[in-house]
Amino acid sequence: MKRPPRSHPLWLAFVVHRLSGVALALFLPAHFWVLSMALTQPERLDGFLQFAENPMVKLAEFGLVFLLSVHIFGGLRLLALEFLPWSNRQKTLAAGAVCLSLFVSGTFFLQAI
Amino acid sequence: MEQVEQKLLEVTIRRGGPDESKDEVFRVPAQENQTILDVVSWIQQYSDPTLTYRFACRVGMCGSCAMMVNGEPRWTCRTHVKKVLDGDKVHIAPLRNLPVIKDLAVDMDPFFDKWVAAEGKHHPTQTRNDPIQQIDPESAERSEANAGIECINCSVCYAACDTVAGSPDYLGPAALQRAWTLFNDTKNENQQAILDAVSGTGGCHNCHSMGSCTHYCPNELNPLAAIAGLKRETASSFFKRRKNA
Amino acid sequence: MLDLRLYLAQRISAMVMVPLVLGHIAVMIYAIQGGLSTAEILSRTQGSVFWFLFYGIFVIAVSIHAAIGLRVVAHEWFRMSGFWLHALTWSVCLVLLFMGARAVSAVTML
Repeated sequence: MKRPPRSHPLWLAFVVHRLSGVALALFLPAHFWVLSMALTQPERLDGFLQFAENPMVKLAEFGLVFLLSVHIFGGLRLLALEFLPWSNRQKTLAAGAVCLSLFVSGTFFLQAI
Repeated sequence: MEQVEQKLLEVTIRRGGPDESKDEVFRVPAQENQTILDVVSWIQQYSDPTLTYRFACRVGMCGSCAMMVNGEPRWTCRTHVKKVLDGDKVHIAPLRNLPVIKDLAVDMDPFFDKWVAAEGKHHPTQTRNDPIQQIDPESAERSEANAGIECINCSVCYAACDTVAGSPDYLGPAALQRAWTLFNDTKNENQQAILDAVSGTGGCHNCHSMGSCTHYCPNELNPLAAIAGLKRETASSFFKRRKNA
Repeated sequence: MLDLRLYLAQRISAMVMVPLVLGHIAVMIYAIQGGLSTAEILSRTQGSVFWFLFYGIFVIAVSIHAAIGLRVVAHEWFRMSGFWLHALTWSVCLVLLFMGARAVSAVTML
């Protein structure tokens, strides 16, 4: 991907949305596989959940929740842009979307530790 | 006699043809008031007459002089050197996303082919014997159409768009904006033809709303909003047709 | 690479997921209070029709959404097209659908 030297907010929002989407898509199969152990290997799942108490894992979980929040609020921004006849409030919305997602993932993190 | 030191700019130009290209560096005398077009013209007139480039009006009306300046698509006649200089360096390249003919001249055919393919044209049913249709310039549709009609096909938005870069079929912001202006023209009797033309694999739905088109348009137009409008209209037309089917 | 139909599938699956994601995050925030264990998860979800439907719909929607999203990235950033692009899109959708269905049944089946 050739990245010209510009960084206007909407373009950054696009890149963040795309990268978060790809990261989540790659994470999902692992997530599903771990959960399916609830049926087949519950002791192994418990072992994994114990391991997941580790602060580094909590940090990674915070990262995941951040990615999810960023992707969904960025997506809501896009849906508003496309289906509601709004105009130049896009930069504000983009910023607001990131803020809200930080807040949501922050809550997650705070409860987690 | 007084020695006046002439400041020199280090201008790198991407030269070559469709198959290969390489950067060539020129030293150009700096002036107080100088545009990138002045710089390119100086090189061709005083340094290397084989440099190929395009311009016409040189006053920011025709869009012929559009090139990539330090990686950003701009009208070079409207780009002051001082605004883009990196120390004393500047990099000039042909417009992105279009085939290079030679040096800074690109083949505009794909751009115009897509302009036509987006079906931004009139489909009239009235004849010369009908009275002239009255259009209210303040009406919502007319205002919406007017927002996009100043496009002069300079291709800056097309060069700026990363979706065009990644997806060769994508019609691009200019063609889609034109389609939108015709969609909103109430004299146009076949709006569905326009919607169909922009709903294919290269259509408006590829747009990711990254807004580089609007950011770089030298005429301050807003293709981003026009494409959002097309998305809205194609979606609602799809559901209306399903309901009536 | 998106035409009207793929675009609508993408947007509609996204809209379906909005309440589901918000609900999921809320449940996560609540659930990890005081540590997490298999038994605790299962006590909430096992045998529950509600969670079966909640996560079942979530899995279907995300399989469609992620497959189309990765399709676009593969085309724009990796120049994939034609048969391989088709193959990628369908495989992503089916893999997520299958693995997701297994996960949902693992936590909701009696």
